[in-house]
Amino acid sequence: MTKTMRALLGATALSILAGHAAAETVTIATVNNGDMVRMQGLAADFAEKHPDIELEWVILEENVLRQRVTQDIATGGGQFDIVTIGQYEAPIWAAQGWLEPLNDMPEGFEPDDLMPAIVSSLTVDGNLYAAPFYGESAMVMYRTDLAEAAGVTIPAEPTWTDIMTAAEAMTDRDAGIYGICLRGKAGWGENMAFLTAMANSYGARWFNMDWEPELTSPEWTAAVNDYLSMMENYGPPGASSNGFNENLALFQQGKCGIWIDATVAASFVTDPANSTVAEHVGYAVFPHKEGVENHGNWLWAWSLAIPSSSDAKDAARTFITWATGSGYIALVAEKEGWRAAPPGTRKSLYANDAYRAAAPFADMTLSAMEAATPATPSVQETPYGGGQFVAIPEFQGIGSAVGQEISAALAGQKTGEEALEAAQEFAEEEMEAAGY
Amino acid sequence: MARAISTRSKITFTAVAWLIGLLIFFPILWTMLTSFKTEAQAIADPPVVFGFDWTLENYCTVGFRPNLYFFDFNEFCEGAPRSEYMRFLWNSVAIAVGSTLLGIVIAVPAAWAMAFVPGRRTKDILLWMLSTKMLPAVGVLYPINLIFVEADLLDTHFGLIVVMTLINLPIIVWMLYTYFREIPGEILEAARMDGAGMGQEIFYVLAPMAVPGIASTILLNIILAWNEAFWTLNLTTFDAAPLTQFIAGYSSPEGNFFAKLSAASTAAIAPILVLGWFSQKQLVRGLTFGAVK
Amino acid sequence: MATRHSRGIARIMITPAVIVLLGWMLVPLVMTLWFSFHDYRPQRGIYECCVGFENYARFLGSSSFLKAVFTTLIMLGGSLGITVIGGIFLAILLNQPIWGQGIVRVLVIAPFFVMPTVSALVWKNMMMDPVNGILAHVWAAFGAEPVSWLTDVPLFSIIMIVSWQWLPFATLILLTAIQSLDSEQLEAAEMDGAGPVPRFVSIILPHLARAITVVILIETIFLLSIFAEIFVTTQGGLGTKTLTYLIYERVMESQNVGLGSAGGILAVILANIIAIFLMRIVGKNLDR
Repeated sequence: MTKTMRALLGATALSILAGHAAAETVTIATVNNGDMVRMQGLAADFAEKHPDIELEWVILEENVLRQRVTQDIATGGGQFDIVTIGQYEAPIWAAQGWLEPLNDMPEGFEPDDLMPAIVSSLTVDGNLYAAPFYGESAMVMYRTDLAEAAGVTIPAEPTWTDIMTAAEAMTDRDAGIYGICLRGKAGWGENMAFLTAMANSYGARWFNMDWEPELTSPEWTAAVNDYLSMMENYGPPGASSNGFNENLALFQQGKCGIWIDATVAASFVTDPANSTVAEHVGYAVFPHKEGVENHGNWLWAWSLAIPSSSDAKDAARTFITWATGSGYIALVAEKEGWRAAPPGTRKSLYANDAYRAAAPFADMTLSAMEAATPATPSVQETPYGGGQFVAIPEFQGIGSAVGQEISAALAGQKTGEEALEAAQEFAEEEMEAAGY
Repeated sequence: MARAISTRSKITFTAVAWLIGLLIFFPILWTMLTSFKTEAQAIADPPVVFGFDWTLENYCTVGFRPNLYFFDFNEFCEGAPRSEYMRFLWNSVAIAVGSTLLGIVIAVPAAWAMAFVPGRRTKDILLWMLSTKMLPAVGVLYPINLIFVEADLLDTHFGLIVVMTLINLPIIVWMLYTYFREIPGEILEAARMDGAGMGQEIFYVLAPMAVPGIASTILLNIILAWNEAFWTLNLTTFDAAPLTQFIAGYSSPEGNFFAKLSAASTAAIAPILVLGWFSQKQLVRGLTFGAVK
Repeated sequence: MATRHSRGIARIMITPAVIVLLGWMLVPLVMTLWFSFHDYRPQRGIYECCVGFENYARFLGSSSFLKAVFTTLIMLGGSLGITVIGGIFLAILLNQPIWGQGIVRVLVIAPFFVMPTVSALVWKNMMMDPVNGILAHVWAAFGAEPVSWLTDVPLFSIIMIVSWQWLPFATLILLTAIQSLDSEQLEAAEMDGAGPVPRFVSIILPHLARAITVVILIETIFLLSIFAEIFVTTQGGLGTKTLTYLIYERVMESQNVGLGSAGGILAVILANIIAIFLMRIVGKNLDR
């Protein structure tokens, strides 16, 4: 026992000493999503090309990561040289001067190849502040085998009525098959991302032009009531604790008929190693309500940014260029096949025939992303931009509180109307206090 | 007990006690079992209890690859691990042991003085010390973080050891105080009669009697420091990051994760579980907080 | 008995502990107090003095505040109730002559060594998950509809997780106390024809009073600051938002440090009310 312990400690001490021999260290904070874990796994390639840069990986679950990084940046802790953020944080933090503009990037960054919709959402005053690592919109994924057996078809551009009809036909609770799986876990980046997109597609908006919340509007009410009734009748049990990951697991296990979520999920559900339904996945555009020309406008890219407090900015630039460049995409393709390539950031990927052949979801992803209009999320006029979120600092707090209300409604603790009324009240309080 | 116990009642008590013990232990047992399954087996319906193909794959993934001389985990692993378990482990050990020792150094004199030279204010001081533990950590996160930034203490063992010491100091003092108080004062009197000075008193007479209490306090405090999950997560990044951060990297990734989560959980709790079990006699002896008189 | 000389030494011996704790308490507390009178919202770049009691008024006035206080009290009371009652039961059981007592004790105290994050994750995913959790399989085996624990009875579920973690602690302390009970006293009572219930009420329970107060005191200190269990399971939704979690949301999610700091100060005041109340009882009990 003691001998072993001593051996263990000795080995650790040695490896720690060895780790500190390198000249410059770059500390990378990132999410424990599959694509980032893969990036860490492939970092040996980076180490080979840049032996003078030592990488320190801090891989955390999304909520923990967001808390940790926000806290560090807001207090000027300078702990991270690269942080993983999205469309929501980038403009807010850039406005505070917390991020380093990504100008003067090394050779190979090729900013012109990046998808314009993503670039514009990460740009403030003409400066790009974060480099997209993978991008996503949202779409419908469904089981073609189940749809066929149930005798329903889902059109390429479905309405919510189509979705409800199909979900009803596919549901077979005794066999453990639920017609539809949607996010129910409370959180501005969980159920509220989906519901905001859904509400957009119903013609709703969060705030009117005077920044007054409109959560009790007929559009919001219709969206939330339809969401609740779908989940109650065709959804899995305990849906109010299901987020993206839980639904992915359910879909991979063959327990969901339809799943509407981020496009990036497509490469996971079609991965034969982890998915039991890889052969039977069909895709459709994010649904809309009859008469409303809006497909939700979901647009997100996990992106790498450099905090102003970093003390290894050049090395960080070098790493970002490696991780987000087309060379990295080719590396992933070479090691794990084209299907696994990080999607939704570069135009060249979608012009690549090998990728299009390996990834049947490529066209759908591309068109969903190109169709997103984050500057005008709703068919009504809005004072804000965004999509599945509202791009103001207060949204994180408001979104979480509203998400909890709707999650409670999903759990049967209150009705949709009651949840929205409570949400409206909270949002009004917050917005007033924030000085709008 | 002196009473004769009928065999039948002994059997009944044994059965009930074992049943409850196993029920309480079950979540841990199940986690340990799941950690040896593949992801597909981990979510099999109905669940597989023993009849699965045992695999070390998940331990390989999370980086738990000890070389036990007779059994080297590395032989079963391919490729690089996803996380460096050993680094997290070492940091956890350093922080838990470091903060405990520092805490003991500060607490023993204080508890000693309170127990053997009690004044009018002694009990007030003790209770006040305990009340400092009621400060909600989240409420002071910003202040502490700003102090750490200014003092350049973020992500250092030293900074975290200091914080953990301060957090657990009240408990250490309290526990030692209650233990020391049970040492009979007459022994001190007798030693004084023999002309022993205060220093001699402590080293030759009282120290041997205090050792079990101190040992028990050390054990409890290591456990508390090991399991603390707020400050250890918020004040560390890489160099000083302990196992709580290791777990946060596995808590809910994309796709199936039950088996990997189980392996990470088992790896994170195993050292302290083993320590706790081996030393439970010592732990229990001093863990009375003055509850027994 | 104690001479002036030894009193002086004693004071010196206590000083380091008092000073570091005083610093640990005062410095962050003063800073929090300072922030609580500011409009401090880093993400907007706002740091303005002095907004008076605006933050306090908002924190107290929001509909979440009273709910959070009640939730905290229910969680505290529920967990204390389960661990103390369960602890007494287990302590008495483990005090009986049984085969393999050592092993059973090891099994029972194991949860105490599990870090809160891990136990919350294990319970959420492996036990309470309505599709893949063990409890769902057990329910299904008996032909019942699986319960969605964290959805249908979220507060109860969290209380269960917390109780599971703290039951060993209560059991250990109560077991030590029971073992110190004079068995002759019990036998005498038995001779007099007292049944098990009267024996328990009139002999065992009074003997345990002191141990029970200690358990309640120590557990309260730890349970008031419960965070990981909520963060991992419900994220404060579905009526599980405690005061600690509410403050976390204000500081970290809304990024309103001023408002969160006001909440922190209020929480300190509330915790101290509970503390004073508790310590009165404990102080009395310890003087015996």
